[in-house]
Amino acid sequence: MTEYEIKPKSKFSFGLKELIQYRELFYFFTWRDVKVKYKQAALGILWAILQPLVMMVMFTLIFSKALNVSSDGIPYPVFAISGLLIWNIFSNGLINSANSMVTNANIIKKIYFPRLIIPMSAILTALVDFVFALIVYVAILIYYQQGISIAKLFIYLPLSILLTIVTTFGLGSFLAALNVKFRDFQYVLPFFIQFLLFANPVLYSAKAFSDPWISFIMKANPIASAIQLCRSIFTGSVVDWQAVAMGSTVAVCLLFIGVFTFRKTEAYFADLA
Amino acid sequence: MKPILEVKNITKEFRIGAHRESYLSMRDSIASVFKKRSAEGENFLALNDVSFDVEEGQSVGIIGKNGAGKSTLLKILSRITPPTKGKIICRGRVASLLEVGTGFHPELSGRENIYMNGSILGMRKAEINKHFDEIVDFSGIEKFIDTPLKRYSSGMQLRLAFSVAAHLEPEIMVIDEVLAVGDAEFQKKCLGKMDEVSKSGRTVLFVSHDMNAIEQLCTKVVILKKGQLLQYGDTHKLISDYINEHKDFNQTNLRLTEHMKLTRLDLKNGEIASGEDLPFALTLECSTEAPPQITDLCLLLYSLKGVRVGIIDLRPHFDKIRTEGNSMVLQGLIKNLNLVEGEYAVGLYYGFEGIRKEILDITLLRIKPLADPDKKVNPYLPQYRGFVELISNIKTD
Repeated sequence: MTEYEIKPKSKFSFGLKELIQYRELFYFFTWRDVKVKYKQAALGILWAILQPLVMMVMFTLIFSKALNVSSDGIPYPVFAISGLLIWNIFSNGLINSANSMVTNANIIKKIYFPRLIIPMSAILTALVDFVFALIVYVAILIYYQQGISIAKLFIYLPLSILLTIVTTFGLGSFLAALNVKFRDFQYVLPFFIQFLLFANPVLYSAKAFSDPWISFIMKANPIASAIQLCRSIFTGSVVDWQAVAMGSTVAVCLLFIGVFTFRKTEAYFADLA
Repeated sequence: MKPILEVKNITKEFRIGAHRESYLSMRDSIASVFKKRSAEGENFLALNDVSFDVEEGQSVGIIGKNGAGKSTLLKILSRITPPTKGKIICRGRVASLLEVGTGFHPELSGRENIYMNGSILGMRKAEINKHFDEIVDFSGIEKFIDTPLKRYSSGMQLRLAFSVAAHLEPEIMVIDEVLAVGDAEFQKKCLGKMDEVSKSGRTVLFVSHDMNAIEQLCTKVVILKKGQLLQYGDTHKLISDYINEHKDFNQTNLRLTEHMKLTRLDLKNGEIASGEDLPFALTLECSTEAPPQITDLCLLLYSLKGVRVGIIDLRPHFDKIRTEGNSMVLQGLIKNLNLVEGEYAVGLYYGFEGIRKEILDITLLRIKPLADPDKKVNPYLPQYRGFVELISNIKTD
């Protein structure tokens, strides 16, 4: 028989054991969000493919045709889509998870389960979109007859996704916790995301900067590292491992800060929400 | 054998006043840095040092007035909110029927919602698969199982929700007055299920205002008053004392929803003779600019044991509500209230903007015997006469 204690919150822990115990909920929350998202759309899950495609075409017209932005010697659409794939995991994941505690307030107020499941599943939902968007990616690669190294594909792509997820989860759980208490973050977030889109080398090459300070910030930026990794699969450019290491360190720090903040406040979500 | 549930010195403190708002904006919090911390002293003890043990297989009733701490106790038990002090040792899974329908999503079909709801309530997928047909059968909505929930009537949604909850198999079951819902046939089904649950050796915690139901279902009762444990023991011994000793209601300024308050419920001193008209005046106060849409409003009459005697449905009279600034007043008369003499509790059922709730024990109503000068016989004692005085006309030819 399971025996457990209910008592005031004391020490900090990730609650990993409980997360494993409740693992099925990850699946159900993600499944629900994906289902609900596309339920009443005539095109359904096709949107997950169309959205990055439209964005790619749009940015190609603006940045490549009109502004002539350099794209590291590869066709701009390939360049843009490889950045956008990672960017979409990050931005959708961050928006989903930051709002997740508020949208699920009804459940939180009534039932106990490890709260971290909610922002985590919100990111998994963004990841499902990513899997569909990969189809566009492959199609573009074939269309432009872009040669890729298979070995790099199976190492760099998972690595860049992992880096993105860790970063998104850290920031997402941090914002989710704060959002319960201060709804201001709901309004700040869209600006923040828009700013980050242009602050990250999604649509331009990170090499465009010569200022040492900006290069340093780019190196420490985990999303920039993830995009760099994802792109080097076919640009053939050498990966700046120093940047990846710095980015990963920052990502892990963000993860700890996020989870710590979340776990510290989660017990009182039901009182606040 | 160790008790299945050990509640030890549980205390729950809430801060009221400054933190009354359901959420804070950053502006408030920045502003509060510069203000004096005046709200410091306004702590409110929802539960104060409550301890009791529950043995396996016992069914325990939890009773007390509005604000006695029943809901807080249940919330702590179901781990939604942590206690401020003390601890509870649980030796089994706790599931509560106050969670019916949690996680239901209008866009998903009945089938999908069973899986979603079941897993949130703590069932494994395999368990849901196993019970799926039973759940659908019990709810009686086979035909609509693949229809989105938003096309269900509210009764159907509730039946589906209850069916899922009824098929949980926790060691400890917490029930919070959910039985007042659904049609008669479904209610019967639910009562049967509850009986089955308590007979199968499951531990049950039951919160209710209905003392009769408590007497039938529970062997022991926990009596809470203003957050403190007043008594804990055998139901039959405690319950009649409780009824007699706790008639001190008369609540004013009751919070109904976030923005609505019941400021007064006047009932002509709360005392009339049987058969007289009872004037009543109801004052609601709204804290927002625009008064909310009122969908339901009924006065409820209860016996002191919690059995509902009658209601006064005020829905036809919404157009007669007078608005004076923030407050809304409704005055009227209950005609020929020929209740048998004794004491009754008056409550209110209300619905504002989708929230429907009832609040009991607002005030006490004393009915005096009718002073009838041409009385030919002595009336029987009140307890033999039920609730209503019926009058007959006998043919003379």
